Amino acid sequence: MEMRSNMETDYLKIEKNARIRKRTVNVITYILLALWALIVLFPFYWMLLTSVKSYGAYNSENIPQFFTLSPTLENYVEAFTAVPLGRYLINTTIFTLATTAIMLAVITFAAFAFARLDFKGKNIVFVLFLSLMMIPNELVIITNFVTVTNLDLRNTFPGLILPSVTSVFYIYLLKENFEQIPDSLYYAAKVDGTSDLKYLFRVMIPISKPTLITITILKVIECWNSYVWPRLITDDENYFLVSNGIQEIRENGFGRENVPAMMAAVVVISVPLILLFLVFRNKVMAGVSRGGTKG
Amino acid sequence: MKKLLRDSGLKGWLYLLPAILFLGVFMVYPLIDVFVYSFEEGYNSASQTFFGTGTYNYSYVLHDPYFLQAVKNTFLLVVITVPLSTGIALLISVGLNSIKPLRNLFQTIYFLPYVTNTLAVGLVFMILFKKTAYSDGLINLMITWFGGTAVDFIEGPYWARMFVLCFYTIWVVMPFKILILTSALASVDQMYYNAARVDGTSKLRTFLRITLPMISPMIFYLIITGFIGAFKAYSDVVALFGTDLNAAGMNTIVGYVYDMLYGDSGGYPSYASAAAIILFAIVLTITCINLLVSKKKVRY
Repeated sequence: MEMRSNMETDYLKIEKNARIRKRTVNVITYILLALWALIVLFPFYWMLLTSVKSYGAYNSENIPQFFTLSPTLENYVEAFTAVPLGRYLINTTIFTLATTAIMLAVITFAAFAFARLDFKGKNIVFVLFLSLMMIPNELVIITNFVTVTNLDLRNTFPGLILPSVTSVFYIYLLKENFEQIPDSLYYAAKVDGTSDLKYLFRVMIPISKPTLITITILKVIECWNSYVWPRLITDDENYFLVSNGIQEIRENGFGRENVPAMMAAVVVISVPLILLFLVFRNKVMAGVSRGGTKG
Repeated sequence: MKKLLRDSGLKGWLYLLPAILFLGVFMVYPLIDVFVYSFEEGYNSASQTFFGTGTYNYSYVLHDPYFLQAVKNTFLLVVITVPLSTGIALLISVGLNSIKPLRNLFQTIYFLPYVTNTLAVGLVFMILFKKTAYSDGLINLMITWFGGTAVDFIEGPYWARMFVLCFYTIWVVMPFKILILTSALASVDQMYYNAARVDGTSKLRTFLRITLPMISPMIFYLIITGFIGAFKAYSDVVALFGTDLNAAGMNTIVGYVYDMLYGDSGGYPSYASAAAIILFAIVLTITCINLLVSKKKVRY
């Protein structure tokens, strides 16, 4: 009898210990996760905070303050008036929309040819395309710079846009998607006398919409953040994109070092993509895990 | 049916034409041209003439102190950030997978750096770490809280500058790694864990013997892409230290290529080409080594 109750208390003790251990592990997990969340969020908080501090208040802070009691929007006005931030934003929008649109057309036609059409040399061309995926941008950018300069396309939109309107990887992604559409649909359409082009637009594109949206989002992110090529190819402020604009502001914007105004510009530049992400959260994350490369 | 499809021979090429045209002009031709450039000695971009061919450009680049500095910086960056970021990402992903409430919120937050402009947020990091005449900056304030002495991370000693660069790089590459690892962890068959629990296997042993081998292909994928990405570091360095990276002593190999091509010391496409080819050779070699190692260690 005594032995039994002993066993019972032992058992309860073990169970209790296990529960405590589990809870401790859980608490530690949450603390660590919250810590990383803090590290990620803090720069965003700091840029928002600094962007609403007035120039005078910011510069008189010998010790940085973690909050402000007198927020102001004057830095945003300054950011749009003292430097052509609006111009940069418009340029980036034009660049992003044009590049993405042209690329979508180019890759859709190419993927259609690879997935649906039958012609001599198709497989060889496809293998050649795939082998191009290995080529890093850094290797070809030198000649492209010379080419675009020789074509007198520096400081023009075609010069900015044209080198990045094809992507072998996206052609590959879309081709895989097109190939999953049953052949019977194509044959039926053929018998009905539907042209290839019509079939592409009426059947294949609507079915592959999720993949096309993913590609669009990834390309938009890439365009909005592109820095290297625009920097090489533009030295006229009228054609700067936001990344170059930020660099320009950093190096000689706002006369003196006006950090609050800089931060206001940073906020304005960051907001569009963050909004895009929050709206299409699942699509963006699914897309990046399928075809993202940054990192 | 076959006959029906025969007539699309020319049509196929027509649909491919835009892609072939763009790839030809902006990828295939430059790829050949970059090798040609790299062997043309004394190329002058104004008159487009050169003296002769040979390996002088390579030997110039390999003896240039700026290039050696760039190689040193890049290797340090790679060696520090790739293992660290992959390890921390693994830790965070395991943590994320073990909780239910707030998981979505954490995932959303962790992903934010992916969708931000590297140049813009880099500016914020610079402000946080910089020591100016009137203020030591926020990070230095925190350092002094814990009894340390303030140091200028942006224009101060080399280790401090390297620290900010590594910190920012990890901050930037983390979202991708966490995303890939959490989905890899979630896809491990629950059956294995149940079997381990029945056997009374400890948590650590379960992780080492089941989880790690199951997700090892993804870890190796991240290591390889991490190596390639870190070797090409450039924009985040510019964001922190400005465009004149040679003066800051923080140039990277890619930065060296662009500086040779354009910018204050620019106008030498031959040197730029030679440096770019050296970079490509390094990346290719390391990727091959990685693949060989993973063949031995990873079970697919």
